[in-house]
Amino acid sequence: MDKLIIDGIEVEPDPSKTVLEVARELGIHIPTLCYHPALPPYGSCRLCVVEAIWKGKSTLRTACTFPAWEGEVRTNSEPVKRARRLILELMLVEAPASPEIQELAKEYGVETSRFKIIDEKKRHNRCIQCGLCVRICQDVMKVGSLGFKNRGFQREVTTPFEELSDVCATCGACEYVCPTNAISLDTITQRKPIPIPSEFEAGLGYRTPIYVPFPQAVPNTPVIDRERCPKLLRDKCGVCEKVCTRDAIDYQMQDEIIEAEVGAIVVATGYDLYNIGKEQPNELWKGYGEYNYDAYKDVIDGIQFERLLSASGPTQGEVRRPSDGKEPKSVVFIACVGSRDPEKGLEYCSKICCMYVAKHAMLYKHKVHDGQPYVFYMDIRAGGKNYEEFVRRAIEEDGVLYIRGRVSKIYKDGDQLVVVGADTLSDSQVQIRADLVVLATAMVPHKNAYEFAQKIGIACGSEGFYAEAHPKLRPVETMTAGIYLAGACQAPKDIPDAVAQASAAASKVQLLFSSDELEREPIVAKVNEETCVHCRNCILVCPYSAIDDKEIRDKQGNLIKMVAEVNEGMCMGCGTCVAACPSKSVQLAGFNDEQVFAEILALGHG
Amino acid sequence: MSNETKTAEKPAPTETEKEWQPRIIAFVCNWCTYAGADLAGTSRIAYEPHVRIIKLPCSGRIDVSFIIKAFEQGADGVMVSGCHPGDCHYTAGNFHARRRFAGFRDLLEFCGFDMRRVIFSWVSAAEGKKWAELVNEVVARIRELGPFEEYRKLLA
Repeated sequence: MDKLIIDGIEVEPDPSKTVLEVARELGIHIPTLCYHPALPPYGSCRLCVVEAIWKGKSTLRTACTFPAWEGEVRTNSEPVKRARRLILELMLVEAPASPEIQELAKEYGVETSRFKIIDEKKRHNRCIQCGLCVRICQDVMKVGSLGFKNRGFQREVTTPFEELSDVCATCGACEYVCPTNAISLDTITQRKPIPIPSEFEAGLGYRTPIYVPFPQAVPNTPVIDRERCPKLLRDKCGVCEKVCTRDAIDYQMQDEIIEAEVGAIVVATGYDLYNIGKEQPNELWKGYGEYNYDAYKDVIDGIQFERLLSASGPTQGEVRRPSDGKEPKSVVFIACVGSRDPEKGLEYCSKICCMYVAKHAMLYKHKVHDGQPYVFYMDIRAGGKNYEEFVRRAIEEDGVLYIRGRVSKIYKDGDQLVVVGADTLSDSQVQIRADLVVLATAMVPHKNAYEFAQKIGIACGSEGFYAEAHPKLRPVETMTAGIYLAGACQAPKDIPDAVAQASAAASKVQLLFSSDELEREPIVAKVNEETCVHCRNCILVCPYSAIDDKEIRDKQGNLIKMVAEVNEGMCMGCGTCVAACPSKSVQLAGFNDEQVFAEILALGHG
Repeated sequence: MSNETKTAEKPAPTETEKEWQPRIIAFVCNWCTYAGADLAGTSRIAYEPHVRIIKLPCSGRIDVSFIIKAFEQGADGVMVSGCHPGDCHYTAGNFHARRRFAGFRDLLEFCGFDMRRVIFSWVSAAEGKKWAELVNEVVARIRELGPFEEYRKLLA
């Protein structure tokens, strides 16, 4: 017989694997406590015991250490069950306080133990001394702040000298791997773990160093945070590589620069949110110190509130305020934070806030029935199909209280926030006690928008959003041929507008690609190769990188001279090269020197 | 230069005989200042009629020799205007222009040109009013300075 038979299923024997691994691959369940794929097998809990018919004899072996040799293995035979019951009986007296062990014992029909607890101190013990915590701390995290002391009955897990450890990295691996929840970081170190705030949860939730950026990410592949991963930083851990069954983790992977030749580019780089606090990325903008965004935890922005409402968010969709987790009974929404405020440096309307404030207030009311949402607004700009009706519904059906006016100050009183504002319709000052304040912040250009524009040769408007070729007639094209715009990188816009623009940009690209010949304005520069001395001035000044070096060779292939050459497909006809050429070897069709001089001549005398 | 023969055939200036009016040549870019001047027109803003506009694609195309040529051809003042820095339709043409004129200014001055007659400015497509005001200001200044006889005397 040269096969391995596990519970009647025949497989190829593979001594490099253990019976447990092979069984798990086959979908056969073998209970384990001390086994973890990131660690070498240890065989201390004995629970994975199986019956192996080896060399004709039936023996009980731990599946986690027994190699997958040829032969027969029974994982759930009567001798196996009997052995497991005995093990569980022993565990029940070793760790009587562990609900996990009790649960497992019940599964195998063990209600009480035949053994007695001799040491009364053990009555509250949950630890089964499987050693997972010690091994993961020592071998995987390479910290070594845990160990065993004593032997036999007195054996227990503890820190060196039973003092709080000062080498513990608070990684929490011990807590995580413990099968009986018997260990807690507080008993190991005084230090507190510093959680990593999740970018997607806008700082309201936490994430691990390896994470999927957001639930609907495409591709839905985890990424490793280079700055936080202990493997990449200190060559510790590496658990993800060991547990991945597809060998997909590669710590050597580097950022790549991918070069691709393309015929068109659609820029859809999006926007950033205006930073409410005092710190601003440039000196033109000012923050709202009076709203205490950074100081008070319960002053949040719209994105954060969006996460609080989301069923997949940090609170599973329950509206709970960040400071103490209480359900806010009064929420104040402030629109136009940053937008339409020349004092703060942003004059434009962010367009989307009126609608999402109404949506937030409405959803809040749907989740907290006895809560009261208030909205401070400048104007309700609900232009768009069914938009006005939506806002009216928030006001009339859901009882959102709209107050026309600005908020001057937010301060703390007890565990509430007092919002001081003006009601310009009744010409009076209002003060609202709120549990939560949500600021509808302005959309601002992406922080790297200008740098990127310089890189690919498109223009930014005065606010920093990308400039379209014509505000009315060419709203998705840039001035640079072959580059199109879509979405909020061009101007603040909502989802339907962004989708419409993106569709238009895609159509423009198809239009460009569908014709056999490229149609261009005839105003392009041309180099006179006879007089060009290849000083490269034109190449340096061309904003479109449309000019390149060209070799002129004779029939034998000998290099005669180098000249500049204009790529007519890329030249936009600005003429900067013409003015920069010292030998006047570049001329712009339609605006060559002779033509312009003739114009001057005509305007001069007479 | 191929135009030299033509200039010789032209008659001498006659403005001094009639009532003198300033003759100003403006080199403007197509996208900002020309559109701004157009806006001034469509907005029915009245301004001095003594500026003649030569439209070029970009202020980056404006060769320094155009300015000298304009004076040679009898201009009393020259205006150069394009998009505001950072707003260039062609991304960076006006920056090249600005740098070029910064150096050229000193050279012109060294050659004896009255730099009050050369006006550099930025006018955007939305600034029709600014264009009108600028032209009025420039015309007033040139009127005060009188005809640019010095250069023409040299040519004669």
